[in-house]
Amino acid sequence: MSGVRSAQRRRSWRQLLRQTWAIVALPLISILLALVVGAFIILASQFILPGHVFDPGLAFTAYSALFQGAFGSFNAIVDTLVSTAPLVLGGLAVGLAFKAGLFNIGAQGQFLLGALASVAVGVAVSSWPPFVALPLALGAGMLAGAFWGFIPGALKAVSGAHEVVTTIMLNYVAVAVVAWMVSGPLDLGTSPSPITGVVGNAGLPIIIGRNGHAGILVAAAAVPLVAYLLYRTTRGFEIRTVGANPDAARYAGMRPRFLIVLTMSLAGLLAGTAGSVVVLGVTRQMTASFGTTVGFDSIAVALLGRSNPFGIVFAALLFGSMRAGAALMQIEAGIPPELVDVLEATILLFLVASPYLRRVLRLGGVRTGLEGSETITRSYGGGEAVAR
Amino acid sequence: MDPVIQALYSLPLLGLVFQFLGYLIYITPTIAPIVLQVATPIAFAALCGVMCERSGVVNIGIEGIMLASAFVGWYAGVLLVPLIGTGSPGSLFGATPALVIALGAAILTGVLISALHAWLSISVKADQIISGTIINIAAFGLTGYLNTLISQGSPNGAGSFSEFTPPDWLVQIPLVGWIFEMFLNQGPITMSLIVIVVAFQLLLFRSRWGLRTRAVGEHPRAAETVGIDVLRVRYRNVILGGVLASLGGAYLSMEATNSFQQGMTAGRGFIGLAAMIVGRWSPLGALGAALLFSSATAVGQSINFFPPPGELGNLLGQLPGQFYDALPYLVTIVVLAGVVGRSIPPAADGQPYEREAAT
Repeated sequence: MSGVRSAQRRRSWRQLLRQTWAIVALPLISILLALVVGAFIILASQFILPGHVFDPGLAFTAYSALFQGAFGSFNAIVDTLVSTAPLVLGGLAVGLAFKAGLFNIGAQGQFLLGALASVAVGVAVSSWPPFVALPLALGAGMLAGAFWGFIPGALKAVSGAHEVVTTIMLNYVAVAVVAWMVSGPLDLGTSPSPITGVVGNAGLPIIIGRNGHAGILVAAAAVPLVAYLLYRTTRGFEIRTVGANPDAARYAGMRPRFLIVLTMSLAGLLAGTAGSVVVLGVTRQMTASFGTTVGFDSIAVALLGRSNPFGIVFAALLFGSMRAGAALMQIEAGIPPELVDVLEATILLFLVASPYLRRVLRLGGVRTGLEGSETITRSYGGGEAVAR
Repeated sequence: MDPVIQALYSLPLLGLVFQFLGYLIYITPTIAPIVLQVATPIAFAALCGVMCERSGVVNIGIEGIMLASAFVGWYAGVLLVPLIGTGSPGSLFGATPALVIALGAAILTGVLISALHAWLSISVKADQIISGTIINIAAFGLTGYLNTLISQGSPNGAGSFSEFTPPDWLVQIPLVGWIFEMFLNQGPITMSLIVIVVAFQLLLFRSRWGLRTRAVGEHPRAAETVGIDVLRVRYRNVILGGVLASLGGAYLSMEATNSFQQGMTAGRGFIGLAAMIVGRWSPLGALGAALLFSSATAVGQSINFFPPPGELGNLLGQLPGQFYDALPYLVTIVVLAGVVGRSIPPAADGQPYEREAAT
């Protein structure tokens, strides 16, 4: 009997391995291929610099610096976690919207508004006791982000305006709002270039290493919360149903308009939290040109993580480590950090083209890259999916 | 000042409206050429959108195509100048051989990128919005990466196209002279926009190609049953759209300015998509919508730098400068929300086409 059971266990192990392979194979292959493409770009771009001696090992130097910068020491690993935290939150913001069939390109703007609100409140309460100041500043960022997500949600629900266009427009409006607030009401006025005060007691405490702030915990807590919402609550079921089939959702008595507004607000809340975490934990103040790559990285994270909260953690770790290592790569190999964007796009490109990749590499039992999010292209009219 | 106008301007509240109208009439001849220039890249983006979506392919990678074309147009000039020299500017638009070849390179870039989008969305049947997003991220990353490297050598580009100078007597005709100036005192890409819009409008609604395009975008199955090769029409249109978008990008780095800046498209590709929707998927409508957005920009900047006198000026002066920066984006959102319910996209927009299985 025990022999049979151990055989069963062995088989289930093998099955588990096969299932895991089926899920991770194409993302892994895509990442490897993207690194190869990146290496070619690094090598080819040497010819741009006049008088530069061609160095065939530059790609290796660059990638090893990238790895060193991300995982080379304890503090490097902590830095990777620090740059992963906002990506987890941003990735959840985009992924949650994907689940409802919405494309939230506005994570960038929601991030900025969240950051701005957190700084504004944080500076105002900077001398209050931390256990009051921090929740106030964090909460303000969440609300501001939620508001910036609510606008495109409401516009879509009421008029059918496609969220792809409205969220991008709101990204630019957010940049203008930040520039205005920081150079106007929030400016300290102590230096010629506008800058806000420091958040003081409202800042997130350092809990690990040199820079590891408590925002890492916030991001870690958000993952199971979103997973619980999506897979264990009625609302989550409704959100997923609206995303999979809005008509079926409506016949089942769900309210697509309400769910769209709710999902976009929640997505905004998550992206706003990402902004709060960055300003309260890392920069602790804000300049008028405060910029970020989190917005577009989040889209890549959500796609690579297949909108699954736990997949998003792994994808965020990947991009977070690349962002953390990019600085050392620039110092040691002279490679501009934009290479990370190129790698990001290339990974996604291979994932999207994965039906072809699978055929070329003869990977029969492997799942294709993005089948979970194949329903997001709806026409710009959008209205007819929602309004009727 | 005319006593009637004076009386109108001093009406409470309503007077402000009259003051604003008066200000608009006053600045119109001055800003009219700028309005058309600002509209040019947006209109080209919108035309690219019309071209793709009329055949049923959603293209949100327009922004990326424009950015890449703007970069290549500039960088091709940088590479060509040491090889063939700057050359003497031609009599028409100040065109030099380097500039013309660079423009060709920019257009070729648009063709290649849109061919990638076409392959992903038509053959791979990938999600078209994801495909467009990939193009946007890749274009932003790659142009930023290369620009950072290239700028280290602070290179000289091939310059830019210059504006055509219409004859004085035409421009100085009272009351309507500024209209001639608006359309004729422009560079080659801006001028070609008007020609392309008119031709595109006629072809789309009056030619065999246009009928086929619309059939494929509305009901591909029906189109195929009458012998139209749906996939081929879509490929061709998406690639033609790439040519249009690349002209919009080339305008930015070869006509409006003479260099490339990181992220210089600044959302114009997306504003173009909004213009396409507001213009109800027709070329003329798209141009009209682009002109509406550019007017908002131009009036905003005009108020910012040359505020109207009097009460109105005081009122508008209290708004921060950043408000005028955000104005075109706000106008886009408001107009889009107002118009979109009544603007109906092609029925097969965004749906990959599966050929009828051969039995």
